[in-house]
Amino acid sequence: MNLALNTRLALGSLLANKLRAVLTMLGIIIGVAAVITLISVGEGVQDVVVSEFQGLGNNLLFVVPGSPDANEFTGDLVRAELTNDDYLALANPSAVPDLVRVAPTYGRPAVVTRGGEEARTTVTGTTPDYTDVRDFYPIEGDFFTEQDVTTAARVAVLGQSVYEQLFPDGTPPVGETIRINNVNFRVIGLMEEKGGSGFNDQDDVVLIPLNTAQRRLFPARRADGEYRVDQILAQVASEERQDAAIVEMALALRESRGIAYRDEEDFTILSQSDVIGALSQITNVLTLFLGLIAGISLLVGGIGIMNIMLVSVTERTREIGLRKAVGAKRRDILWQFLTEAIILASLGGLIGLALGAGGAWLISRFSDLLDARLAWNSVALAILFSAAVGLFFGIYPATRAARLNPIDALRYE
Amino acid sequence: MTARSDEKTPVTATDNGRGAAGRPVIVIRDMTKVYRMGEYEVRALNGVSVDILAGEFVAIMGPSGSGKSTMMNMLGALDKPTSGQYLLDGIDVSDMSDDQLADIRNRKIGFVFQNFNLLPRVPAIQQVELPLIYAAKRERGERARRALEMVGLGERVHHRPSELSGGQQQRVAIARALVNEPAIILADEPTGNLDSKSGTEVMAIFQRLNREQGITILFVTHDPWIARHTRRIITLADGIVVRDEAVPTPLVAGQSKRPSDEALVHE
Repeated sequence: MNLALNTRLALGSLLANKLRAVLTMLGIIIGVAAVITLISVGEGVQDVVVSEFQGLGNNLLFVVPGSPDANEFTGDLVRAELTNDDYLALANPSAVPDLVRVAPTYGRPAVVTRGGEEARTTVTGTTPDYTDVRDFYPIEGDFFTEQDVTTAARVAVLGQSVYEQLFPDGTPPVGETIRINNVNFRVIGLMEEKGGSGFNDQDDVVLIPLNTAQRRLFPARRADGEYRVDQILAQVASEERQDAAIVEMALALRESRGIAYRDEEDFTILSQSDVIGALSQITNVLTLFLGLIAGISLLVGGIGIMNIMLVSVTERTREIGLRKAVGAKRRDILWQFLTEAIILASLGGLIGLALGAGGAWLISRFSDLLDARLAWNSVALAILFSAAVGLFFGIYPATRAARLNPIDALRYE
Repeated sequence: MTARSDEKTPVTATDNGRGAAGRPVIVIRDMTKVYRMGEYEVRALNGVSVDILAGEFVAIMGPSGSGKSTMMNMLGALDKPTSGQYLLDGIDVSDMSDDQLADIRNRKIGFVFQNFNLLPRVPAIQQVELPLIYAAKRERGERARRALEMVGLGERVHHRPSELSGGQQQRVAIARALVNEPAIILADEPTGNLDSKSGTEVMAIFQRLNREQGITILFVTHDPWIARHTRRIITLADGIVVRDEAVPTPLVAGQSKRPSDEALVHE
């Protein structure tokens, strides 16, 4: 008995009981469809996140407060705030030669109005180097200057989203006056469109000089006279110098923050790949979890297949007896039923795959957030797994069929 | 218990196909079969010796419990004897593995059953191809078609069992038994589920196959009238051969009417 004949036989037998075959496959269909949809969505989410972080700029390092294993509940974070001193320490080229430029940010949510229009957005204070660090430039007007920072000038540069909300009529914004938390600001520039669809619209921002933010809008002065910043963005000269830059930055920050030789750092330096790596760790946990669900549903589906195959063996006892009488050997019968179980399971896997791909397509179709992407390795895995389930759960019924005594089988009523 | 080694049944001279007539195809010596049922031992066969020559047409008779069914299982290589020897077409099959027996059944034996045992929903030609599939033979379709023509079903090769009468279904089964050119055809009450007209047709086919092709045929039956269509009757009782005799003038299927059951019993 060869494979083609067994396959034809199995298909014939499944076609003879279409409804039963479909119901049996349902467990596997649902399991595979759910997993394929969810994994596709997961891949889509990861794509969005990765592209957003890559869109932040080139060879970026982030300095954020808190040691990598800080405990928020003991207040480490509060004490670990970054300040202007830290920024100035990093901006010192003799201490940190491998950094090209540095830009601190200090932002808070705020209400921005112009006439009757209103926008709720994030107002971020920074320095002129921000444009080069983020690779993010004005298309109209200018960015603010060092002098604007020093004098805490009330000037603002608008992101595209904010501009569209405040200037629905399309008036050129440069020279216009807006109010941020009821303080008048003169618009001096409009940023280019950064895109960044998804959860974090990078164009939904108003940029103002750092000192203006710290002193006029969102008081950042601490009891010790230092001014807080949220994070510090630093651009490395080249990718090869990144590791050296991290060491130099750590040394400079330890000094500026007065951290003793043996004490732990209370800040964290992250590279873009660190952030992406941390995110993919989350995605991996998610994938593992989905795999577990898939495993359970395939298990349930497999038990269904075993059940139906046992029924089928009993129903076809006479047929098995006859086949043995005319010369079928044990392995002929074994493979006949095993093929049927494997085809049943694989067919379920394929149908589930098609439904899952359809689900992923529907989600990308009706959501602007992400493009659900069918991962080919999960497709291959789904098919292989379904076939393996068919094989595993088909073995017992097929062995039972193969072991039937032809005399008893022929007499079976 | 007679071993008919020196008193051979005359066979017809027609020798067109199935090897030399007169050569023994079945040699059974002191065969026993003991079934254990818990505490009890049942001796279904208690020392049977039989020779059957190529081209013979033999009926094996006996009341229920005589060992007839056990004998059928042994002859059909479906089961192994507890002791004794069984040479089928010169091959000792008394101590073979299950898979070896399957191979012997495939090549040497054609089965015809009382209830036909056709596969549901499968066209006649594929039913007949079945033994060839397990024999891994080529030109299956052509050979199956020829076998169906031999039993007069050349026009119905694509009919399914549900589209055939009982007699036609049994003829498909006979074609299936023939198709791999076995040494013997073993038929278990082949007319038991048929009306008398279909039964007569089937008997006529067996007689023709035996007469024209020299095919060795064994009938297992409890019906004396059916048995008289063969040329030799072996009677079993209590696991031994109690009678083994030639039928002087075998009935020709369709040329005599079945007598009443009473008449048969008082024969």
